[in-house]
Amino acid sequence: MLGEGIVKGLAETARNFLGSFIEKDRLVTVQYPEERLPVVEAARMFPFLIYDGVDQEEGLRCVACQICEKECPPQCIHIEKSKDKKPDFIGKQQFYPAVFDIDVSVCMSCQICVEVCPFDAIRMDNEFELSTDDRFAGLLWPKEKLAMPNEHYLAIHPTEATEVEARRAEEKAQAEAKKASQPAAVAK
Amino acid sequence: MQPSDQVFVLLKHWLVGRSPAVMQPGVSILLTIVPILLIFPVLFAVTTVLERKGLGRIQNRYGPNRVGPYGILQPLADGLKSLTKEDIVPSSADRTVHFLAPLVLLAVAFLPYAVLPMGRNMVAVNLDSGVLFFFAIGAISELSVFMAGWSSRNKYSLLGAMRAVAQMISYEVPLLLSSIAVIMAAGSLSTVEIVEKQSGFSGIFPHWYVLTPWGFAGFILFMIAATAETNRSPFDLPEGESEIIAGYYIEYSGFKFALFFLGEYLGMFAISGLGITLFLGGWSAPLPFLTWVPSWIWFFGKLLGLIIGFIWVRGTLPRLRMDQLMNFAWKFMLPMALVVVVSAGAWRFLPQGVTRWLVSMVFIAAAYVLLARGVETRNKIAKRTYRFAE
Amino acid sequence: MSAPFIILAAVTLVGACAAMLLRGLVHCALALAVAFAGIGALYLNLGAQFLGLAQLLVYVGAIAVLIVFVVLLTRGGDSDSPPLSPAPRQFTGILVAGAIFAILAWAIFHSFAIHTPGMPAPQATIRQLGAALMESYALPLEVIGLMLTAALIGAVIVAMKEKQGTQ
Ligand code: SF4
Ligand code: SF4
Repeated sequence: MLGEGIVKGLAETARNFLGSFIEKDRLVTVQYPEERLPVVEAARMFPFLIYDGVDQEEGLRCVACQICEKECPPQCIHIEKSKDKKPDFIGKQQFYPAVFDIDVSVCMSCQICVEVCPFDAIRMDNEFELSTDDRFAGLLWPKEKLAMPNEHYLAIHPTEATEVEARRAEEKAQAEAKKASQPAAVAK
Repeated sequence: MQPSDQVFVLLKHWLVGRSPAVMQPGVSILLTIVPILLIFPVLFAVTTVLERKGLGRIQNRYGPNRVGPYGILQPLADGLKSLTKEDIVPSSADRTVHFLAPLVLLAVAFLPYAVLPMGRNMVAVNLDSGVLFFFAIGAISELSVFMAGWSSRNKYSLLGAMRAVAQMISYEVPLLLSSIAVIMAAGSLSTVEIVEKQSGFSGIFPHWYVLTPWGFAGFILFMIAATAETNRSPFDLPEGESEIIAGYYIEYSGFKFALFFLGEYLGMFAISGLGITLFLGGWSAPLPFLTWVPSWIWFFGKLLGLIIGFIWVRGTLPRLRMDQLMNFAWKFMLPMALVVVVSAGAWRFLPQGVTRWLVSMVFIAAAYVLLARGVETRNKIAKRTYRFAE
Repeated sequence: MSAPFIILAAVTLVGACAAMLLRGLVHCALALAVAFAGIGALYLNLGAQFLGLAQLLVYVGAIAVLIVFVVLLTRGGDSDSPPLSPAPRQFTGILVAGAIFAILAWAIFHSFAIHTPGMPAPQATIRQLGAALMESYALPLEVIGLMLTAALIGAVIVAMKEKQGTQ
């Protein structure tokens, strides 16, 4: 009969309308600033630079090899290599970035910089509340803003970070073993 | 009659009486117009929140709940936003017509309230041909819609305007015919008289026309046609956000857009008001022992009820296709409305009693069954043939 | 001559002149709608409520919209058509307009209403109008109805032919 479907539909919407007042779990909306969903581990927004230890300058893992700068598809990384060198975590002398800027208004969160970095120095952050009232300077992040302690990395991507930690510990151990054997070889 | 019923009328008389004699006609006119100009935009604001919250609940969402307690101040925020937005006129648009269209629409949207009795003795002008006035004014709004769509020089807006005008013309026919049934029964074109004819009671039942078989069918037809006239879902093809973005007001921004929105809702209130006047007994109480409630409360209560109905339907039905729209108008609504007119005539001339109930009911039911079968078998045809697009 | 009459007459005349003089066809159609509305308002001003409202409903609501539709569907709406007034045609136009004006003026000046001053304005309620249509003018009404039905059917047939042709 004509009109039967309309009546059925009206009943259905009425049921939904009333139900939304009675059953709270019908309402799937998350009232965002007050309520939040937990961020999933693989979530990513923009890159950050990892440093070990407490001092930002001292512990920065980046060696200014500029691979990421070259690989970044929208070309939003800007690096200036330092003149001098500083020792890295295994004690090898390395350059460090005198300037390391990422223009996050251009970054497209593709994670390619992370994939190509041979030094585990750059990773994706999951911070997403980044609004600013200065769309030029406020979105051009310098090294000081990008640098985050390793603990932050461990906190936001625990699985991946522990793997990296294990690998680096192994590398360090190898390097130390090599160091230990090297003087002996020279002595021979 | 309680003073609470006539409180606005008495207030107006008192204020007019207090003003100097030369200014009295002017004051009287002002006191009639200004409340209409204030109340209905406020009702518009209330309706937008109601609508958005209601639709939200229908879709298991909260709807707006940020501005003010429970989001009731949302219209204020909306109004401020549209006021502060840039007013953009496309460079190729026809500036004069583009500017005039929202003004014409709004002026035309306010005029019909002049003949709506919103309470006992509460009508701006008691025209001898009030219903005709209503439809004559409504006809002008088609032109303003066309002006908006054409002057924007945008294909979408022109399409929207063409759809709107075609749809309004098609649905005006059943709208008029179902009103004619009431006019025949009441024997008058004056809205005030039509309401008065319906304000009696037999037993506990009011003499509303909606409580007769032909009146009920007429009311349903009227409301369907009214939905189409005001371009509301499921007849919102002229706006069709998903097909022609926003139809005829796509090129309007800022406050002009808000004016269009306002005009549309005012049209909806006005036509609901006419439906109430014609079928739902206007300001009269639904039950004899409720007559102590002021008449204007009944009118606005019924208006709110119809608005909620509109929102409910909008939340339920998907948009029609153009050919479905036209088929429905010409092959179902129009014959059905004619049958309603005939059965109202029969009702008028048959003696009171069971016979006329039976005759009227049989008329309506038979027509409904036959026409409905026609519509349904026609819809079974699966493949559509395109004549020009291939 | 009262102020409302002068205003309404001016609106009507301006609308009518604009309908003739404007370039864009849609503008002309809209100006024509203004003229129609002005005439309707004049009727209302004279106390002929039914006639005035019917004028609005039919002319502004239907005829103006129809004209606009025709203009749009024939693709004439956008082009600024070249001025189409070679002198001889203008002359015939003036002649025809003058003749019609003369006839109307003659009719008005010989109307009995003008020669019996102080005659009260006739008060026709809608009820009387309806009664007259249904009683004394029932036959003309039926004839007109028949003709309109015939025209309607004719229009439908004209529209249907095209469909058969293309299939
Ligand atoms: S995430 Fe992609 S776009 Fe962003 S800085 Fe890294 S490489 Fe560039
Ligand atoms: S972040 Fe990695 S890839 Fe980029 S310059 Fe530093 S070390 Fe090289």
